[in-house]
Amino acid sequence: MSAKPIATTRSATGIPTGRLAVWWLLASEVVIFGGLLGSYIMHRVGHPEWAEAAAHTQVWFGAFNTLVLLTSSFTAVLAHQAAESGQGKKAAKFLVMTMGGALTFLLVKSIEWTIEISHGYTITTNTFWSFYYTAAGLHGLHVIAGAIIMGFIAVDAWRGRELQRVELIGIYWHFVDLVWIFLFPLLYIAK
Amino acid sequence: MVEATVEVWHAQHEVHEHHGPQGVLKYLWSTDHKVISMQYLFTGMFMAVVGGFMAYVFRMQLAFPGSSVPGFGIVSPGEYNSLVTNHGSIMIFWVAMPVLIAAFGNFLIPLMIGADDMVFPRINRLSFQVFFISALVILGSLFVEGGGFGGAWTAYPPLSAKGVYNQTPLGATLWLIGVALEFVAFLLGGINFITTLMNARAPGMKAYDIPMVCWMIVIASILFMLSVGPLIAGAVMLLFDQTLGTGFYDPAMGGDPVLWQHLFWFFGHPEVYVVMLPAIGITIDIVATFARKKLFGYKLMLYTTVATGVLSFFVWAHHQFISGIDPRMANVFMVTTLLISVPIAELMFVIIATLYGGSIRLATPMLWALAFIAEFLIGGVTGIFLGASGADIYFHDTYFVLAHFHYTFFPIAIIGTFAALTYWFPKMFGKMMSDKLGKIHFWGTIIPFNFIFIPLFVLGMGGQHRRIYNYQHFPDLAGADFQRLRIIATVALLVMLAFQLVFFYNFIRSLLRGEKAPKNPWNANTLEWTTESPPPHGNWPPDQMPKVYRGPYEYGRPDRESDFWPQDEPA
Amino acid sequence: MIETLQQASSYAADIDGLIILVAVLTGFWFFVAQGVFFWLIFRYRAKPGKKSKYVTGREQHLTRWISFPHGLVLVCDVFIIVASVNVWYDVKQRLPEADRVVRITGQQWAWTFQHPGSDGELDTDDDVYAVDELHVEVDKTYHFHLEARDVMHSFSVPVFRLKQDAIPGRSIMGWFRPTLIGEFDVQCAEICGIGHGVMAARIFITDEAQHAAWVTQNTPNR
Repeated sequence: MSAKPIATTRSATGIPTGRLAVWWLLASEVVIFGGLLGSYIMHRVGHPEWAEAAAHTQVWFGAFNTLVLLTSSFTAVLAHQAAESGQGKKAAKFLVMTMGGALTFLLVKSIEWTIEISHGYTITTNTFWSFYYTAAGLHGLHVIAGAIIMGFIAVDAWRGRELQRVELIGIYWHFVDLVWIFLFPLLYIAK
Repeated sequence: MVEATVEVWHAQHEVHEHHGPQGVLKYLWSTDHKVISMQYLFTGMFMAVVGGFMAYVFRMQLAFPGSSVPGFGIVSPGEYNSLVTNHGSIMIFWVAMPVLIAAFGNFLIPLMIGADDMVFPRINRLSFQVFFISALVILGSLFVEGGGFGGAWTAYPPLSAKGVYNQTPLGATLWLIGVALEFVAFLLGGINFITTLMNARAPGMKAYDIPMVCWMIVIASILFMLSVGPLIAGAVMLLFDQTLGTGFYDPAMGGDPVLWQHLFWFFGHPEVYVVMLPAIGITIDIVATFARKKLFGYKLMLYTTVATGVLSFFVWAHHQFISGIDPRMANVFMVTTLLISVPIAELMFVIIATLYGGSIRLATPMLWALAFIAEFLIGGVTGIFLGASGADIYFHDTYFVLAHFHYTFFPIAIIGTFAALTYWFPKMFGKMMSDKLGKIHFWGTIIPFNFIFIPLFVLGMGGQHRRIYNYQHFPDLAGADFQRLRIIATVALLVMLAFQLVFFYNFIRSLLRGEKAPKNPWNANTLEWTTESPPPHGNWPPDQMPKVYRGPYEYGRPDRESDFWPQDEPA
Repeated sequence: MIETLQQASSYAADIDGLIILVAVLTGFWFFVAQGVFFWLIFRYRAKPGKKSKYVTGREQHLTRWISFPHGLVLVCDVFIIVASVNVWYDVKQRLPEADRVVRITGQQWAWTFQHPGSDGELDTDDDVYAVDELHVEVDKTYHFHLEARDVMHSFSVPVFRLKQDAIPGRSIMGWFRPTLIGEFDVQCAEICGIGHGVMAARIFITDEAQHAAWVTQNTPNR
């Protein structure tokens, strides 16, 4: 495989190229989730009876998960700090903690969904639940993907390599957190 | 200790190892932007043949309804719907976008900014692989039980959501997956275009020294990225309606069919600018080279393009004037739609003004670029009829719309492509194309093109609606004078398709036996012309990467003897 | 050649007028732009020994050639906007008082037209249902209720210049006033499946007496 192009080493704007790439990725994700949540909000406004369906969401599970994600964003920040000072192993440890947060989030979500499905609330129950599972499911996929990539970056960081990527996965992780901050009130709390 | 040795090994290899994989692996596994661009180009050209074949079949059905079409057979109503659906989808997503944006973007951007590759070559490779899979999916969808999706490229639910309505359930889901994968491919590709243009420029290349085609491709990528998100969300919802039985678009389940329309057209309208911008960029660069002129207003072109791009997010519901949206909303969109004609008109005026004072050589690429302007003008002005909501009440869903968008899409996808191919062929393949054959191909394409679509304008004005496989069912449209127009359009298409053989012959013959191309056959200023034809892996020797001293359009300077001044020549 | 499509509704002439206005204004710009374009190609074709000019685009006397047309295009747009707002308001935003009413239902793949019987009211026993045939009286203002049973359809009467999409789950109201006696095409203007091309219906515009006779002949016996 060929070495890194000279192009990758340049920075005419002064902004690291990797960071530009992550911002591009996040912009595209914002419009995707924005479109989905915008559609949800339009529907919700036109269907006040959805409040009844939303009352059956597991608000405490959702709240706990919010706390989990916020904490994992914090450990991602600590990982970045460590990476900035060249401490690869420390950064890796914090990244692993963040991944632990992701795993916890997913575990809680599985329990939550199992409860809801066993109560008869599936994706086809009504359109509120269709949006609920689609939005939370899409978010969950992003959590999984992010955790996997984070794992690769943590391995590299442990070996002291590509430390600049710790910041990048951190930015992505904050975004995943932010989407959840929007999802939680819209899906769980709004009446 | 081991790490230090590894470091040394890497350093040695970074200096010496400057070649990609060899042999067959080169094509499967290369990360070289030029190889990837060829992959996109040839896939796009293949898909153009598929899409063109579909047009041939359905136009034969329209001219000779009920007759067996040579090479296809009798066209059933269901097959007709599949043909028009996939013709549109393939031409936009698998021809226009991959050729104009991915092929030429990939080839030109690193070369024109003096870089040795894109900044993320592996993501670049991944984008093609995803794209290739999407092409396989859409082609595969044509052969499954029930046939290819038949709900039009716009895929409005409830028709597109339930197999019992569209009778192509498998085709419908595969179509959706194919389109979604294509979107992912272009989002991935976009990462490279914007970061490479922003960061990997040669030393000395300021923002306003960037050739217009590079700007256009990057702005197009941005427009694409910002507009496609809601449609991706909408596509996920449609996929769930199709496969899981959700009711996002089903009124019986509390859903709304019109929601899809908004999500689709919020993307659909910027999408036409996504494909238009690269074609205009190509035209601009070719006009500058062959008129030997600095652009009349580089910054003006850039600003009107950005203005058009921004405005394009606010016009989408002009596709939905009579679809049941609040009629008061229609007025808002009508105003924005008519206003967007202003920056576009300005852009066209500025391009035309660049010809003033020029020394115009009518080589084949220039013929294509000029034809783009002349034909696109027709497309542009006929759009006004549709943007005026009162007139659109009549014109919506008629052949007038169809002729309008072919007068924009054809210049964009076909004329723009031939302009770019004939211009950059020497650089891409190291050989010169025959200019004589090029001119024959040019006239054999442009003249029939007008004979296809002007009759369709007339039919549209006469009230003929779209996506109908046999107009003999409509007494007001079944007359001989109408049918004559349909036959003229079909015969013109056959002539035009025949002349494409001239292009393929020229292309292949030039590849195999063409005259060897010099570095800079057109005496152009931009950086791609300073390296070998074709450029080696890495584009320039690592110690001879270009530096830039001026803008890309310093043609005709009175203080110099030569009428051009390459960007990399020291002052 | 094709005869100009007849005008059979009270607003057809207004819509045609708007079309002609757009045609005149865009036609003007089209011919000016093409004219200048081809003249420049001819005038500045390459001649041996003649070098191109170096124009930076900041020359005031030249940029005027862009900014002036630019402003003029904007003015033309304003004319078109005003004209279109008026036509659009008349056809789509207002609902003049109805003399008559009709319900139109699109489905895969036929149109059902529900005409009120002699009592003049919809949804009564004497309603006349017809498939693919719409019977209306000339010079009477109609309200229509447009519905769809399954997928999107669209009710289009080219001689009226009228079109309106039909959405399942909704009943959309609109109006028309026939002004010409005759028999004309009704088309479906939204692809609705494999039968989209056979959803041809006909509209029969007759005078009051003929219409009454048709109603009487077709009223179901109860």
